[in-house]
Amino acid sequence: MTTITTDHPAAPATRRQSHVVADSITMLRRNLLHMVRYPGLSAFTVGGPIVFLLLFVFVFGGTLGAGLPGVDPAGGQQAYLAYVMPGILAMTVAGSASGASITVAMDMTEGITARFRTMAISRAAVLAGHVLGNAIQGLIAVVLVLGVGLLVGFRPSGGLIDWIATAGVIALFAFALNWLGVAMGMQAKSVETASNLPLILTFLPLLGSGFVPTGSMPDWLQWFAQYQPFTPFIESVRGLLLGTPLDGDVWFATGWAIVIAVAGYAWSMALYERKSVR
Amino acid sequence: MTTTAIDVRGLRKSYGDKTVLDGIDLSVNAGSVTALLGPNGAGKTTTVHILSTLVRPAGGTAFVNGSDVVRDQDGVRASIGLTGQFSAVDGLLTGEENLLLMSRLRHLGAKRSKTRTAELLEQFDLVEAARKPLATYSGGMKRRLDLAMTLVAAPSVIFLDEPTTGLDPRSRHTMWDIVRALVADGTTVLLTTQYLDEADELADRIAVLDGGRIVAEGTPDELKRLVPGGHIRLRFADAATLDAAARLLDDSTRDDVGLGLSVPSDGGVGTLRTILDRLAAASLEVDDLSIHTPDLDDFFFALTGQQDQTGQKDQPGRVDRQGTES
Repeated sequence: MTTITTDHPAAPATRRQSHVVADSITMLRRNLLHMVRYPGLSAFTVGGPIVFLLLFVFVFGGTLGAGLPGVDPAGGQQAYLAYVMPGILAMTVAGSASGASITVAMDMTEGITARFRTMAISRAAVLAGHVLGNAIQGLIAVVLVLGVGLLVGFRPSGGLIDWIATAGVIALFAFALNWLGVAMGMQAKSVETASNLPLILTFLPLLGSGFVPTGSMPDWLQWFAQYQPFTPFIESVRGLLLGTPLDGDVWFATGWAIVIAVAGYAWSMALYERKSVR
Repeated sequence: MTTTAIDVRGLRKSYGDKTVLDGIDLSVNAGSVTALLGPNGAGKTTTVHILSTLVRPAGGTAFVNGSDVVRDQDGVRASIGLTGQFSAVDGLLTGEENLLLMSRLRHLGAKRSKTRTAELLEQFDLVEAARKPLATYSGGMKRRLDLAMTLVAAPSVIFLDEPTTGLDPRSRHTMWDIVRALVADGTTVLLTTQYLDEADELADRIAVLDGGRIVAEGTPDELKRLVPGGHIRLRFADAATLDAAARLLDDSTRDDVGLGLSVPSDGGVGTLRTILDRLAAASLEVDDLSIHTPDLDDFFFALTGQQDQTGQKDQPGRVDRQGTES
């Protein structure tokens, strides 16, 4: 053993970069294993949106659908199912961010995070494991919720390209929202409060075009509802799957996703250093 | 040839206006075991956290294997392992999965990861429990797994933060054996403990930490020599005999409740015989006799001025802290 100090110059930096990817995959495996072992959280991210879907379609759907512009009041329920489905999918994706928030908050209370920090693992890799794990979980939830939608009569008109584009937009949003979810989980003081802040995300689709057209809202709310991130996301999914006019919504949605992902990434990285020591 | 594995100079840290470390100097030779001994809140864990890059010091310098803990964190992290007082295992995975996780994060490669995991499971007697969820592990098993995870990449410096706190006596001895085996392999160990026997058992050198300062430092024997705590303890059947004996042995201290008498002694047979002869000459019957040689408890108590765990020691004179600085 020697004590000769060697200043590690450029060499380890490239090595570290390749490790970030390998470590992120290792961390992702860990999170997926957690998901398989303890599916309680997963059931919540799937069950919640399904309950909302059935509630809004079969309880409120008749009346809400009849109020949609250009809809025959007799077919209100079916029309509303088509209208609300993208909003429910938005809610599903947002719900997976709550999952990320909780899994991160749980990790922060465990000594294992301190162990990770004493090892030469990139901070980004530890968090990326949570982001990717919960985003994948969110996408599985989206498929299941969509399946229930199809079962109760949702009939999208989009072609293969539209479906691929939809999948892309949803995946991008899932990734972005989960970075935000991770940051929210880091700032929570306990596991119990970790899901409070991301709950706002779950309810944001209600204050956008998810459940009723923004045009029917009071003026002061309309402005927010039109420009908040979920509206272009919902309009993109709606346009791609149901053929409503797109008006650049996909680009707006992509722009928002990038902003959210970068903000969530920066926020969680800043918190990581401070939070993981007892 | 000895080299310095850990070199700490004037280390300071405070949280708010509470000073946790007030200028610590510490030097640990490669391949040796040093114990940081002190009561709760002395700054032991903070010291270990700074050395393992979890916490930034407010002042002073610290080098581990020649790497600065502030400027070259990756350099430090590459050669250290930490087993903290809180278990750092993934409770949702099995023991085997935990070890595989560590192997992958240490980039051992798929094949080496498997063999290393199998080796460690064997070495730490966890083969049977390897595929069981951690919820079924006992405290001792979890602690062994924790340490096994630290050892995946065979770090050259290991920090053990209260490695046996909360373990039963048997698990404790198992842990001690593991630490001895590590040292035999040339690993440098810095362990913190509030157990004096643990420091005495394992450490080549002991640094006593109290209130964020090192109040004494040396080998266990050197430290024991600092404290003249030896005495002979006598117990009598009744108060009258105690009175008579106390008058006879004038430098003794009496304990009226326990009908006991403490007579300072170097522990030698000569002193003992003298005392017994004098008592016999006065026809005083001794009910019970015990010889108390100075141990780390005495010295710990004397240096830090705090009650030890058992809380039943005689009160030795407090040693002035300035006077004991080594």
